[in-house]
Amino acid sequence: MSVMKRVTMIFRAKADKALDRMEDPRETLDYSYKQQLELLQKVRRGVADVATSRKRLELQMNQLQQSQNRLDKQARDALSAGREDLAREALTRKSGIGTQLADLETQYTNLQGEEEKLTLASQRLQAKVDSFRTRKETIKATYTAAEAQTRINEAFTGISEEMGDVGLAIQRAEDKTEQMKARAGAIDELMASGALDDVVSGSRDDIQAELDRMGSNRDVDLELERMKAELTGGSAPKELEGSAGQAGSAPAGAQPAEQPQAGDGA
Amino acid sequence: MIVRILGQGQLAIDSAATDELNALDAKVEAAVNASNEEAFRTAFCALLGRIRELGKPLDDAALEPSDLILPDEDATIEDVRKLLSDDGLIPG
Repeated sequence: MSVMKRVTMIFRAKADKALDRMEDPRETLDYSYKQQLELLQKVRRGVADVATSRKRLELQMNQLQQSQNRLDKQARDALSAGREDLAREALTRKSGIGTQLADLETQYTNLQGEEEKLTLASQRLQAKVDSFRTRKETIKATYTAAEAQTRINEAFTGISEEMGDVGLAIQRAEDKTEQMKARAGAIDELMASGALDDVVSGSRDDIQAELDRMGSNRDVDLELERMKAELTGGSAPKELEGSAGQAGSAPAGAQPAEQPQAGDGA
Repeated sequence: MIVRILGQGQLAIDSAATDELNALDAKVEAAVNASNEEAFRTAFCALLGRIRELGKPLDDAALEPSDLILPDEDATIEDVRKLLSDDGLIPG
């Protein structure tokens, strides 16, 4: 038998079984309605769970992006300091993070798709539940056993099919969020261990340490040069500083005229 | 005829298309039986594509049971088998 027909029959059989359990058809309506409301709750929780997972992923992607940027800057600093070996190391780590990031981006798109699907499923179910409630009240008000049974069966089968469908969507979303949680946990652990991120995490950042060391060496050298100049050359640097200060204050002379205006405005 | 694509709602299709859809469905069936994932994907996408072309979406509030139900494009042969298995994927 065809795939479509078999899937259809399985859905129908579930609905029929649920219908058979009820003695009074009206009881079926109320019971089903209660289940529908529960399922609506569940699908909304599902949407919230997926969104939480997606946000966590967003956070991790931002962190990785920052690491990447920092490594990029470090590589540049290292290169301009003539340390190609350090630059290479930084770029190697950057590329590793890039792979992780690309992977997370795929996951992120998947999760976004799942969230969208589930949101739509929740809207559809809400519309059907509302419509079921109206029909339920009408059937109960005009209840005569003979004619009501058919109408009840119809409404019930229609809604239970939707419920089966939504149930599947929730299951799938739950599976994906579980996978994502496991994955996000693994990345958090990697970050905490420093394997991904050690370049940026303070004391473990050996590239930065080396760059800092080189930087401070350069500062010390400059400071030494300046001191030597002060001791031997005497007043020459001082005069330069003094004239620079004057040059700075000369254009400031135009400002006092403007200041009162600013005061008036305020 | 009303067709449900799981996760995507229901579509109304003129019954005149039944034979054409059955022919497409037969290819899906054959691919599932042969466990040929590639053939399955081609046949299944063709079937879904035609259903979407012909179908008019039902109102969200409609409470009509479907004449046919099938999974969406994401489904693999494995997913279809699970749907068809005894306890099925379908909750409830």
